[in-house]
Amino acid sequence: MIPAAAQPISVTRALTRSLLPVAVGLGLGLGLGQVVPTGTYAEKILFDIGINIILAVSLNLVNGFTGQFSMGHAGFMALGAYASIVVTYYGGFALFGDVGCHLNAQGYGLYFTSLVVGGLVAAAAGYLVGLPSLRLRGDYLAIVTLGFGEIIRVVLQVSYAVVEPEEMATVDWWERPLHLGKSLGFVHQGAYNSLSWTYAAVVLTLLCAYRLRESTHGRAFLSVRENEIAAEAVGIDTTRYKVNAFVLAAFFAGVAGALFGHQLGTGTAARPEEFNFMKSFEAIIMVVLGGMGSISGAALAAVTLTLLTELLRSVQDYRMVSYALLLILVMILRPEGLFGTRELWHFLRRRRP
Amino acid sequence: MSLLEVDALDVHYGAIHALHKVSLAVEEGEIVTLIGSNGAGKSTTLRALSGMVQSSGGTIVYGGRSIVGLRSDEIVRLGLAHAPEGRGIFGSLTVRENLELGAFSRRDGKVRSDLERMFERFPILQERAQQSAGTLSGGEQQMLAVARALMARPKLLLLDEPSLGLAPKIVQKIFAIVAEINRDGVTILLVEQNAHLALSVAHRAYVLETGEVKMAGSASELAASDEVRKAYLGVG
Repeated sequence: MIPAAAQPISVTRALTRSLLPVAVGLGLGLGLGQVVPTGTYAEKILFDIGINIILAVSLNLVNGFTGQFSMGHAGFMALGAYASIVVTYYGGFALFGDVGCHLNAQGYGLYFTSLVVGGLVAAAAGYLVGLPSLRLRGDYLAIVTLGFGEIIRVVLQVSYAVVEPEEMATVDWWERPLHLGKSLGFVHQGAYNSLSWTYAAVVLTLLCAYRLRESTHGRAFLSVRENEIAAEAVGIDTTRYKVNAFVLAAFFAGVAGALFGHQLGTGTAARPEEFNFMKSFEAIIMVVLGGMGSISGAALAAVTLTLLTELLRSVQDYRMVSYALLLILVMILRPEGLFGTRELWHFLRRRRP
Repeated sequence: MSLLEVDALDVHYGAIHALHKVSLAVEEGEIVTLIGSNGAGKSTTLRALSGMVQSSGGTIVYGGRSIVGLRSDEIVRLGLAHAPEGRGIFGSLTVRENLELGAFSRRDGKVRSDLERMFERFPILQERAQQSAGTLSGGEQQMLAVARALMARPKLLLLDEPSLGLAPKIVQKIFAIVAEINRDGVTILLVEQNAHLALSVAHRAYVLETGEVKMAGSASELAASDEVRKAYLGVG
């Protein structure tokens, strides 16, 4: 893109252009939470859809935009979930003196903080994993991220039991983050999440991804995918951009995990088993099906596959078989995914030649 | 002082000694060409200059400072642009987006006017501005690659095999453009298999053979030399 200096537009227009979609989107997201009654089946489905949209759209930054192949998205999700629960549970105890769910301004402030912390912890892990492996070309990232996801899951399984409120005095504060509930999962966290929180995050993720792609940095991501040598030739630090995309994707996966970990009615949401390889694989399928590099494609694939999973619950034993078949069919019939690199509105308007 | 001075440059690919003490110089305003057969080390020389491969010995001084060990993005910012072999365009991005990416390293406000100038010089690119670059013909893609490199406003342009896989008529056109760019003040280091053509536009030339500089001289001298005529021009 042209640097901003070459394209003078008025401040008010720039503000409306960038803030209006955020305001409208957030309004819609928050509104959804008010319209759909809590505790219903519809709420659960909409929640699953929201989480999957964030996962697919964020993974698309790596697998779609920069053309790298990450297979450990669930690992970042797990880190985000557990880090944020540590904030709301142990942090909440320090703040309120109990571990209950405080649905007031302070409680929501704490929850918001925990979402950001969840994202940041995942992003930091993304940096540590990405920096060495993204210097190399080819399949290294796939192998490293696959291993990373499994390591996270196994480490969570061997954590200590959750510290009950009455035992808090016996465990030092700095040891508490190691008490994550073993393989049973973290079970006592407050159910802070709602559809409003979820869809506010969905909207922000979508807008970030879209604005990013239309920016200079987004073009740099795409150029790395298209032709790494040419990208270097025009002066793009390809390693840095690959790491950036990876860290950003990990951040959003962490936020998705944080939301997921605080949702009531998903059983014990933050169980290590929830974040196994199948979860990463599902996110990959959504990106591949939707189109590598298409934001709306990834989002629509997330919606479709989540709904399909629900509709086909009676034959769920065959879900993974059907996923595999679907993937093979996509590879044969439409290797670039349903949308390719295009967006939904490109089809509605004039088609790109 | 020359714009580019390379002294005793060595490059290894693993155990393979690709460049052996290559020394060359490019003066400001010149077109200098490296000719030689496949595998002589022509492209490797350019890649070493633009930081895409690391040299294992020797010095590269560009604009009075050593650029050995700099990353390619840092080198581009110094005004040394590389149009790599095989064109290397961004296929699923539009022609315009490709050109804008060429100016990636620039932070001045003149990108838009440069874009207009590129469209004047390459009218076909303007026609195809909104088209995916992958749908262009080979010649158009080569023009795009050259135009994209020029968008970095280079002082020195490294051009790798611009004639590769193109019809003779298109090649003539590309070389006319190369000469034109040079007249506008861009110094050019041209790698070319088509020695005849390269010597016809260049001021000076170096002959590379198995990673070593075998001959050097003015383009007309070399074009007249028996050795070059026999080995590279297919005459004599």
